[in-house]
Amino acid sequence: MSLEFTSSEMMSVTAARALTNDMTCFVGIGLPSEAANLARLTHAPDVTLIYESGTLQTKPDVLPLSIGDGELCESALTTVSVPEMFRYWLQGGHISVGFLGTAQIDRFANLNTTLIGDYREPKVRLPGGGGAPEIATNAKEVFITVKHSKRTFVKDVDFVTTVGFGRDGKARDNVPHIGRGPTVVITDLCILKPDPETKELVVTSLHPNVTREDVIEATGWNIRFADELDTTSAPTARELDVLRDLKARTNAHHSSTQSGQQ
Amino acid sequence: MAEFLSLQEAVSKHINNGDTVAMEGFTHLIPFAAGHEIIRQEKRDLTLIRMTPDLVYDQMIGAGCAKKLIFSWGGNPGVGSLHRLRDAVEKGWPHQIEILEHSHAAMANAYEAGAAGLPLAVLRGYVGSDLPKVNDQIKFIECPFTGERLAAVPSVRPDVAVIHAQRADRKGNVLIEGIVGIQKEVVLAAKRSIVTVEEVVDDLGASVNACVLPSWAITAIAEAPKGAKPSYALGYYDRDNAFYKDWDGIARDRDTFQAWLKENVFEKGAA
Repeated sequence: MSLEFTSSEMMSVTAARALTNDMTCFVGIGLPSEAANLARLTHAPDVTLIYESGTLQTKPDVLPLSIGDGELCESALTTVSVPEMFRYWLQGGHISVGFLGTAQIDRFANLNTTLIGDYREPKVRLPGGGGAPEIATNAKEVFITVKHSKRTFVKDVDFVTTVGFGRDGKARDNVPHIGRGPTVVITDLCILKPDPETKELVVTSLHPNVTREDVIEATGWNIRFADELDTTSAPTARELDVLRDLKARTNAHHSSTQSGQQ
Repeated sequence: MAEFLSLQEAVSKHINNGDTVAMEGFTHLIPFAAGHEIIRQEKRDLTLIRMTPDLVYDQMIGAGCAKKLIFSWGGNPGVGSLHRLRDAVEKGWPHQIEILEHSHAAMANAYEAGAAGLPLAVLRGYVGSDLPKVNDQIKFIECPFTGERLAAVPSVRPDVAVIHAQRADRKGNVLIEGIVGIQKEVVLAAKRSIVTVEEVVDDLGASVNACVLPSWAITAIAEAPKGAKPSYALGYYDRDNAFYKDWDGIARDRDTFQAWLKENVFEKGAA
C-alpha cells in the first residue's frame, strides 16, 4: 500500500534525512527549522540544533515562530549571548552544517534574501541577510531547502546576500578558513548538488511522481541532470506521522491568542 | 548610579530629536513600552539601530520617528515583511528613510567593539556577498600577522541605548535572564542608557553567573510592567505569537495602522 503525501511533506522529509545524529547544525527559521526538528524527532535524536538567538542544543516541542521563542531557550542545554554565538561558536569553527532557506537562488547556489529589483529602488524589499552571510561561510558545509519555482530558481540572483559559489562559481577558490559551501539543495521536486568542477547545481534525484519536465518548467535556467539520476525514497509512515503531529502542535500553539491586542 | 525615573521622564530627559538610538532585545525582552513612549513624545529624526527591527521599529518608522535605520534583518519573524518599513523604503511614507544594512555577525561584532571602546570590529565576514557594494561602512583589511583578508566595520557607539529586563533591585542593579541577546553590549557601548524593567525588587535573586548590569553602568531605570509585550519576558509572560501574525494585517494598510497607533499608543498608554 502506498502512502499519500504532499510535495511539501516530501521536501521536509528529504531535507530532514540530510541531517545525521553527529552533526552540529545552525538552523534557519522556516523550512530548515521544520526539517531539522523532524530529523531530531525521527532518525537523529541527538543532532545538535543551534539558533542564532544563542540557544545551544535546543529541543523545542513545537516549531518556533521566531528564532528567539521562549521554547527554544527553555529546552536548550544553555543559552549564550548573540556576539558569543557568532564569534565563538560559528566563526570559531564549531558548526558542521548551516541549514538555510532563501527567497531566490541561482545556478551557483548564491542566495538572495535582500530584495527584488534594484537596491536603491527595490520592487520588493525583503528582510535581509540576518545570520546567513556568515553561516554560509563559517559552517563547514551548507544545506539549503526551498520550494522550487521559476520565481525562486533564477539564472542570476538580483543580489548576492549570501554566497554559494559566487556569480562565476569560483568565489570560494583560494579563500582560506571558510567552509565548503552548499553541498545539497532540497526542493519539493528534487535534490540538487553542485558539480564538483564548475559548482553549477545539477539535479541528482527526482522525488516520486516528479518528471524532468516538471523541474525544467520550475527552473529559470537551463537545468542539468546527473547521468545517473536517482529517485528519492518516499516518506515512511513514521516520518509522515511525526511531521504531521509536529505541524499540528505548532499550529495550535501559534494561533492561541493571549491578549489579542497589546 | 542609575536614576529611577518614570518611563515618561526617562524618555523625555535622555532621548533628543536627532539622536542615534539603539533599542535591543533579540526577539526576547524587546522594549516596546519605551518605543511607544518615544512615539507619544513625537521624537523625530532619530537614527535607529537594531539587529532585527521587529514590530517596535515598524511602529516607530510608521509613526515618523526615524531618519535612518541601521539593521541586519528587517522582517516580522516567521510571518513576513515589516510593512511600515517597506512603505518607508519603497514609497517614502510617511517620509523617505535612509538604510544602512549589515549582517547579524557584523552588527554583533560592532556592538561588542563599541562596548570595548574600540573604533572598529574585525570579523571573517561578507565573503562573496554584495552587501559591501551597498554599504560603505564595510571595508576589508589585511591581518598584519597572517595576511588573511578580513572584514572591518565601525563600532556602534549610540547616544542612547534602550533595553528591557526582568528585574532591578532598589540600588538599580539589573538582572537579565533567558535569551540575553546583545543587551549588555549595547548598554556598555552607549553614552546614555535607559533600562525598563518588569519590577523593582529587594533582592535580584541572581545566580552566581547571571547576566547582571551594575547600577553604575546604567543611566536611568524605569519600571514598565509588561513592557516587552507582544514580545516576551522569560518567567513573566510568553511571546504573543498571535499578535505578531495579526500585525501583518494591521500594518499592511496606512489607515488601519494609523487607527491602531491612535488607539493603542496615543490614547491607551498616555500618562
